[in-house]
Amino acid sequence: LRSPRNPEQKIIKRVIALEGDIIKTIGYKKKYVKVPHGHIWVEGDHHGHSFDSNAFGPVSLGLLHARATHILWPPHRWQKLQPALPPERKPLRKEQE
Amino acid sequence: MLRNALGKAFRFLGYTVQYGCIAHCAFEYLGGIVVCSGPSMEPTIQNSDIVFSENLSRHFYCIRKGDIVIVKSPNDPKSNICKRVIGLEGDKVCTSNPSDFLKSHSYVPKGHVWLEGDNLRNSTDSRYYGPVPYGLIRGRIWLKIWPLNDFGFLRASPNGHRFLDD
Repeated sequence: LRSPRNPEQKIIKRVIALEGDIIKTIGYKKKYVKVPHGHIWVEGDHHGHSFDSNAFGPVSLGLLHARATHILWPPHRWQKLQPALPPERKPLRKEQE
Repeated sequence: MLRNALGKAFRFLGYTVQYGCIAHCAFEYLGGIVVCSGPSMEPTIQNSDIVFSENLSRHFYCIRKGDIVIVKSPNDPKSNICKRVIGLEGDKVCTSNPSDFLKSHSYVPKGHVWLEGDNLRNSTDSRYYGPVPYGLIRGRIWLKIWPLNDFGFLRASPNGHRFLDD
């Protein structure tokens, strides 16, 4: 996605919560955040060393650029990126449809 | 006979793909025609006006204060909104309504812009949803082509008092 702080830069993060979810944040100004409509919450896998939603808050879906599916280089890191949510980062309450 | 028809079909397909790619690149990087709807930019842009937009300014990062831009809606990524840039990053903007007695100001955060419609009384803009990330800007409107009696470059903002000079 395009960085909300620097539009010239693209950053790569994991989607932790979608609109309507309530999650517990790490180091954000509010302890619990309900992701607003049309936004998502992204976090880097390396908590504490990542410039992600815990720094700039939920990001608008319009900033999404693409989904990363594979690592191509270096060759010893060839792999398919697994879409997996770390269990400790699950949303607290999902909006019921 | 069949080979002739097949050859023609493939050539037609080839041309379609070529023109499709050129059209896509043109709309993505150069600009296009936009039909505006809604009352939030009156009197500068009325409902159902047709305007020309260009995307070069956003790619070269030269959107300026006072430009009218088309932006992906922060709350609904599938729809576009058309507003005027009142403040760029670092500018001081007035976040309160004109009717409020106490005026509140804030600074536009880095990487964001503050948008307001020209029709201040009937416009949901940054006063409602806050500063908008620059990355959501799709293009800049520079020419109105319909209605013909109002053809031409767009006027400056009727709300000059909203632009706060440092």
